[in-house]
Amino acid sequence: MQAITLNNIEKKYGSKKSTVQALRGISFEVDKGEIFGIIGPDGAGKTSLFRILTTLLLPDNGTATVDGFDVVKDYKIIRRRVGYMPGRFSLYQDLTVGENMNFFATIFNTSIEENYGLVKEIYSQIEPFRDRRAGKLSGGMKQKLALSCALIHRPSVLFLDEPTTGVDAVSRKEFWDMLKRLKEQGITILVSTPYMDEAAMCDRVALVQAGSIMSINSPAGIIREFTNPLLAVKADNMLHLLNDLNKYEGQADSYPFGEYHHVVMKEKGLENDLENYLQKKAHQNLEVKAATPGIEDCFIHLMKKE
Amino acid sequence: MKQFIAFVKKEVHHIWRDKRTMFILLGMPIVQIIIFGFALTNEVKNSKIAVLDYSRDDASTSLIREIGASRYFEIDRVLYNNNDIEKTFRGGEIRLVIVFPPHFNESLKHYNKAQVQLVADASDPNLANTLTYYAGAIIMDYQKRITQDRKLPYTIHTEMRMLYNPELKGAYSFVPGVMAMVLMLVCTMMTAITIVREKEMGTMEILLASPIQPVKIILAKAVPYLLLSMVNIASILLLSVFVLDVPINGSLFLLIGESILFTLTCLAFGLLISSSTDSQQTAIFISLVGMFLPTIMLSGFMFPIENMPLPLQIISNVVPAKWFYMIVKDVMIKGVGIGAVWKETLILAGMMLFLLVISIKKFKIRLA
Repeated sequence: MQAITLNNIEKKYGSKKSTVQALRGISFEVDKGEIFGIIGPDGAGKTSLFRILTTLLLPDNGTATVDGFDVVKDYKIIRRRVGYMPGRFSLYQDLTVGENMNFFATIFNTSIEENYGLVKEIYSQIEPFRDRRAGKLSGGMKQKLALSCALIHRPSVLFLDEPTTGVDAVSRKEFWDMLKRLKEQGITILVSTPYMDEAAMCDRVALVQAGSIMSINSPAGIIREFTNPLLAVKADNMLHLLNDLNKYEGQADSYPFGEYHHVVMKEKGLENDLENYLQKKAHQNLEVKAATPGIEDCFIHLMKKE
Repeated sequence: MKQFIAFVKKEVHHIWRDKRTMFILLGMPIVQIIIFGFALTNEVKNSKIAVLDYSRDDASTSLIREIGASRYFEIDRVLYNNNDIEKTFRGGEIRLVIVFPPHFNESLKHYNKAQVQLVADASDPNLANTLTYYAGAIIMDYQKRITQDRKLPYTIHTEMRMLYNPELKGAYSFVPGVMAMVLMLVCTMMTAITIVREKEMGTMEILLASPIQPVKIILAKAVPYLLLSMVNIASILLLSVFVLDVPINGSLFLLIGESILFTLTCLAFGLLISSSTDSQQTAIFISLVGMFLPTIMLSGFMFPIENMPLPLQIISNVVPAKWFYMIVKDVMIKGVGIGAVWKETLILAGMMLFLLVISIKKFKIRLA
């Protein structure tokens, strides 16, 4: 049995006059014990998707199950089994760390002691601050507290909506390590993020854009789907370089990427041709080299294809 | 049950940690009672008046002396002609001028008939009424004394008794009113805010995605405010008995029981507002317009309901404060028992249940 299934889920917002189609027929399945990533920019529909799966919103169309239970009919059962960490910090800022933990443990009919083993690793890091108000914690610590609260009842499926947004790089790394260990405990994790580099940490990812799924695969699989050669180009005047690249016939797409411009070529074997073309345009300190595509390249490529 | 207690504890923490709001909630009844009791009184006391005396004889001076000696009036100045009257009123300090025509004593003694004119500044009609009434009463008294030894052919002697409030103290009517107002404010407004705040802070999202039932959330939110209101009821009653000398003539238990009933009604209304709005601002606005204003206007506390046009009289029936105000006045001032207020009590209880059921029904189990 799949931990999560979605079948043609649609969701619209707004009145008759102006409707926003947040989700346009989303379907996918998540296996038990998998870390499944929903990757997409802001406004792609990630939060709507999470709210439907956590029974907080009703889909306009389609069906979805969590742990085999229907998100509309069996919402009460689902609410007992899943853990949910919304995108916005949603704990009580005027309660202390310990009070928040105790409160959520009790609300889920359990106690900190009962499932201490599961949250120990995370919670032990914030336990020294258990008498501090949650509102006075740093971003990373808030995140750990929120995760501890979402985990305290040992959920079978964990929903994390942009858990690393606004968290520093070190804490983000730690956070993903924790997710890996939770997966070992058999917990299915659905996590969304706008950061493409985090996609590599998931078992499988769905690339979402404007309410539709562009691709579902393992991170390596997604990169394998990217078959065009990719070049990284650098010169002194990057703005002119980009303009010239866009005029070049052999390219499918060019865009700034860090200190380089990435150029997606239409076919193989054009590297020298491109270099000659650019040298004719008198670019100083020109550098052209092959690049390995990342998830972000795949995302941009898929997005342009649509 | 453990869930419920944990939730109540959480609410208590919220209230307790927001010290400023808590002190406002607890201090408000005390301040209101004191303001209404000492500052905002419509009783007339040492009101400044002026005299225009054209006769300056025995009778007029002794009457003036008598008026000045009463605790209602203080002779502030003496005028010399009619034109001064308006000038004085424009100054704003003097509200009443007593005019004696020439030969007051003479007409009184020889023609058995004398005139006194009371000129009042009626820009405040109630005050003008009260002042002329008091002054007239003093003059009547004076007349009675000089006619004592004579036999008049026909006399009707009116004797007035002010039952339940012989001294006509304002406190007797505003203590029940302030009670209704304070409970309304604390219970309705604060509970209206409390659920909406969870929506605004995003915590509602987690609560909804958890197994706790809406009924528990709603009732747990009401409990701490009920306790807070009990403290307020106690402080209002203590202040009115020991500072304002308003007696509790009826049963204290009945009074407290009725207050709790009214508190619950307000809480239910606040919860209803709370579960049907999405922002704290709307919640505050609705509770002010929907509850606070009708409480002041239509409960009979400020303006007598009997004098209102029929539509307003009908509307006033749905204002819980009206019934509570009636009950408190009856129990506290008249000292009646439950037998006399059972109807009002039932109406309040009905309103409370109705509001509570609707607010639980209206509580959204999802975000939209």
